[in-house]
Amino acid sequence: MGTQIPIVDYLVLDPEPHLRVHECTACGARFFDRRNACASCSGTDFAPADLPAEGTVTAYTIVTFAAPGVEVPFVAAVLDCGGTKVQANLRDVTPDPDHVRLGMPVRLTTYSMGPDANGDEGVGFGFAPLEGALT
Amino acid sequence: MTDRDAIYILGISMTRFGKHPDLDTFDLGAEAATAALADGGVTMADVGVLAAGNLMGQGLGFGQGLQKQIGQTGIPVYNVSNACATGATALRTAIMALKAGECEIGLAVGVEKLAGAGLLAGGNRKEGDGTWSPKGRIGAIVATDGRIGTATMPGTFAQIGMEYLHQHAYGGAPFELFAKISEKNHSHSTLNPLAAYTKAMSLEQIMGDHMVAYPNTRPMCSANCDGAAAAVVVTGERLASMSDAQQRRAVKIAASVLTSDPWTDGCQVLPDVNTLTRSAATQAYEQAGVGPNDLDLVELHDCFATAELVHYDNLQLCEPGGAVDLFESGATWRDGRIPVNVSGGLQSKGHPISATGIANVWEVCHHLRGEAGDRQIEGARTGLAHVIGLGSACGVHILQAA
Repeated sequence: MGTQIPIVDYLVLDPEPHLRVHECTACGARFFDRRNACASCSGTDFAPADLPAEGTVTAYTIVTFAAPGVEVPFVAAVLDCGGTKVQANLRDVTPDPDHVRLGMPVRLTTYSMGPDANGDEGVGFGFAPLEGALT
Repeated sequence: MTDRDAIYILGISMTRFGKHPDLDTFDLGAEAATAALADGGVTMADVGVLAAGNLMGQGLGFGQGLQKQIGQTGIPVYNVSNACATGATALRTAIMALKAGECEIGLAVGVEKLAGAGLLAGGNRKEGDGTWSPKGRIGAIVATDGRIGTATMPGTFAQIGMEYLHQHAYGGAPFELFAKISEKNHSHSTLNPLAAYTKAMSLEQIMGDHMVAYPNTRPMCSANCDGAAAAVVVTGERLASMSDAQQRRAVKIAASVLTSDPWTDGCQVLPDVNTLTRSAATQAYEQAGVGPNDLDLVELHDCFATAELVHYDNLQLCEPGGAVDLFESGATWRDGRIPVNVSGGLQSKGHPISATGIANVWEVCHHLRGEAGDRQIEGARTGLAHVIGLGSACGVHILQAA
């Protein structure tokens, strides 16, 4: 078995799966992608910062019509994780409006995307409702 | 009386929006441009600057290509590209040339061939070489659209509408709320002979149609179509020397504003269409010396039913957080206190993206001139035209009857 390769480099798998952002050391603005300078204050120094694995849903949509190769329906959402907005699909939830709600608490979850030609495993992530979230 | 320091719309035109399989981008642009010139009582020989917008079609030099069909007079041409705000940006470019004193008459044109275009944006990265190889600024090993949220327009704007409801603790059924906004715009378009769709749709029809991205069904999404719009702008000084009819029909551009989105927390995961629109509206009201209560009609960028709701608030048509109450009061229907999208909006009139910014101005101008036919808002004196483009740009123009 090869190594695990996260779907994006801001998904950190060890020791527990979590998301890691680039935080501007001058103003605290947070970015998932590499930036040449901070979009907020133009500072150029960044330090890594870890996000909590739990958050709440602040916006969602259920996509039923998408580009070729994208499995539908799926729930796309924006989450608030400790004050940082995160984009992700919701997993382990029935994709209909009766099972997703604004304000719903969720937790990071990972899944296997299967092995590649080298035997390395791709690892994706999403957020699943916390137990009892809808009751 | 003509204000010599102001800039005016002298002539304006739009083609019918819809399917034009036998017309190319230049045909549509030429139709709108020559009609706008005729409407203003001038010719290409009078025009000192051309600003031309087209996103999907002709590649390099669309404006120069258009000149070959309407008059190669040697004037400067600006080819403008600014997402769905391209038309408004073209108009603003012509206005700026006049304000800078470079010439007295300018022409702005926006054209798009979009019928049958399907979904816009979203990921199109090809799957890799069989290995999980991180690429790009987030080290992605696959196309992320659909795996990490959605980047398609219907999904993005669905979330923008839902975020508004969450921020303002709305407790009702979002699907029906947004469908009712679409019902309004489809109803309005029945009076617009140039709209892509002119059929009223019941709430049941709208809610029962294909779901694209909850809560937006197909009729709640902007209608991809072909179309063009053009405007001739003139300085007040030049207008003062023109005929009584030209002066009477000219529409004053009381404000012309373009913004881009400032950094806000969260804008990297969900585009922020709010801050730049609020900023554009605030600047426009200040420039024009009017407030939202002075507006007789508004054409705003309802690229999806969910977008219309947030822009009620962004354009300050209601108190902050009051967009749902404003809509449910009936205020934004054509017989309401502040009619919004009496043209049918992008959902029903259609959204040939580069034409839209000028087409929204076209609609407002026709009401201010008293030339809007069956859909005339009686006694309209002041109106606002708004567009946004993701990427991100917002254009707001406030127009006043002469």
